[in-house]
Amino acid sequence: MSLIELHYDVPGDDFSRAGEASGNVKAQLKKLGFDPALIRNVVIALYEGEINMVIHANGGTIDVSIDPDCIRMVLADHGPGIADVELAMQAGYSTAPDNVRALGFGAGMGLPNIKKYTDDMRIDTKLGEGTTMYLRVDVK
Amino acid sequence: MASKDFFHSVRLDEEKCKGCINCIKRCPTGAIRVRRGKAYIISERCIDCGECIRICPNHAKYAERYSFNEILDYKYRVALPAPTLYGQFNNLDNVNYVLTALLRLGFDDVFEVSAGAELVSDATRLYLERSDIVRPVISSACPAIVRLIRVRFPNLIPNVLDLNAPMEEAARLARARAQKKTGLAPENIGVFFLTPCTAKISAIKQPICNEKSAVSGVFGIKDIYPVLLAQMEKLTRDEVEKLADSGFAGVRWASSGGESAALKDDRYLAADGIENVIQVLEELENEKLNDLDFIELNACSGGCVGGPLTVENPYVAKARLQRLRKYLPESCNRLAGAEIPREMRWETPLEPVDILKLDKDIRRAMEKMQRLNEIEKLLPGLDCGTCGAPSCRDLAEDIVRGKGAIEDCVFFTRDTADGSGCIPIPAPFRKSGEAKEKGDSRD
Repeated sequence: MSLIELHYDVPGDDFSRAGEASGNVKAQLKKLGFDPALIRNVVIALYEGEINMVIHANGGTIDVSIDPDCIRMVLADHGPGIADVELAMQAGYSTAPDNVRALGFGAGMGLPNIKKYTDDMRIDTKLGEGTTMYLRVDVK
Repeated sequence: MASKDFFHSVRLDEEKCKGCINCIKRCPTGAIRVRRGKAYIISERCIDCGECIRICPNHAKYAERYSFNEILDYKYRVALPAPTLYGQFNNLDNVNYVLTALLRLGFDDVFEVSAGAELVSDATRLYLERSDIVRPVISSACPAIVRLIRVRFPNLIPNVLDLNAPMEEAARLARARAQKKTGLAPENIGVFFLTPCTAKISAIKQPICNEKSAVSGVFGIKDIYPVLLAQMEKLTRDEVEKLADSGFAGVRWASSGGESAALKDDRYLAADGIENVIQVLEELENEKLNDLDFIELNACSGGCVGGPLTVENPYVAKARLQRLRKYLPESCNRLAGAEIPREMRWETPLEPVDILKLDKDIRRAMEKMQRLNEIEKLLPGLDCGTCGAPSCRDLAEDIVRGKGAIEDCVFFTRDTADGSGCIPIPAPFRKSGEAKEKGDSRD
């Protein structure tokens, strides 16, 4: 059990609300006095994950556990699942539909960025059932 | 921190304050609390944006005002009109009307802030050519924005342009000109800024990146407007002196986007209105705006023309400035060399002011946050402001900081008091091991 546990429901298909969860986590991390670089890493990874849920999975849930030595995030959805995780991890690969790309999203940088800004990233995914992503950012 | 670090131009008239919640709700940094029926400013959080002045229905919040007689303390007096001033008058086609009228009011000289702005634009262009800077560069012309960044976005401090604002540059040059002309000592030369806003008053009375401002005093545009207008109406066409020495490039700084337009670089963003500005800074912090060179931010809607000490509606003022374009040259002031003069830059770097952290120790901060989250659950979530804090979450934060009590919440008090009016101690307030009070069976 972490000292602070936060839970968010991410609505699907509403871009105007994407970023609410990561924005709220940012505000709390600032109040806790974490290093700005760590906050940036957490928020960028979380925002990418949040956007992925909106674009691909019709929403989902985010759980964030905050400890003095690390931040853990679990992003779970009941979306279509990822067919080829390795391919999805490649920069520039995207399955986002055109209407989403027209909004400036879907550049195929979501998962690679999440990996870049986290210390650990694990993906459990099953086609037709959904994806759960486990992320950890360590306090350096 | 010493209290001298927080001079504020925004003041409260306790007589007029009814203790309503308009200002606490509007404040962008959560700096106001109603205590014992009056709206007090938490000094270290206030950025002097003037939003509370604008919204107060009882006119209880006001800007510090200075007597016009102050100019008599100086042998030689120079007026520094902000370009916003030109947008306050109907059918103005010649800014020399305004400038000549200023001389009639008792000033010996005028120096347009728009002239200083043209030089700052030049210096900014030089700054943007450097390869060792953090991009995008954030404008430092609006003092409320600089103060906002140091309290709410300290990690963006490296992006902030370390140049003096046009007002300061104009004051420096006005002083040099006066000294050369009169031979007077600096203390005998008074330089007075005609300001559209409260934030500039604070920037003069207590600069944050310079030891001292070159400006001696300040008058709100709305305060000088009636006497100035009276002088302008008396002027005949041939009495008007040719005093203007700036172009449209400097004058258009008064409205949002004007500073950016002068840079001749398309990779810019200009945002105005404090809420929009905060959103842009959040995005910038999340590295979403890395393809930009320059970010112009103004706390007031429309830019300086929307300042709380102006007379005219910001969009009307902007339209009037737009109309001046055809009567003005493009620009009149350029830097002499290809280097930014040292005097145009801040003397000391911008330092963060830490108001966010719940505690210096991260573990203790986390315990406080845990309590804060628990207390928040006890509150109704109406954000009614009746307790004096802007939202239920803010009250919860005040409580863990030792600055508030849960009984301040009228709903909590109404719903938890027993027949005799006693309020049981809720769980987050009990010391560990302390027994539950009688009648508290809800948790």
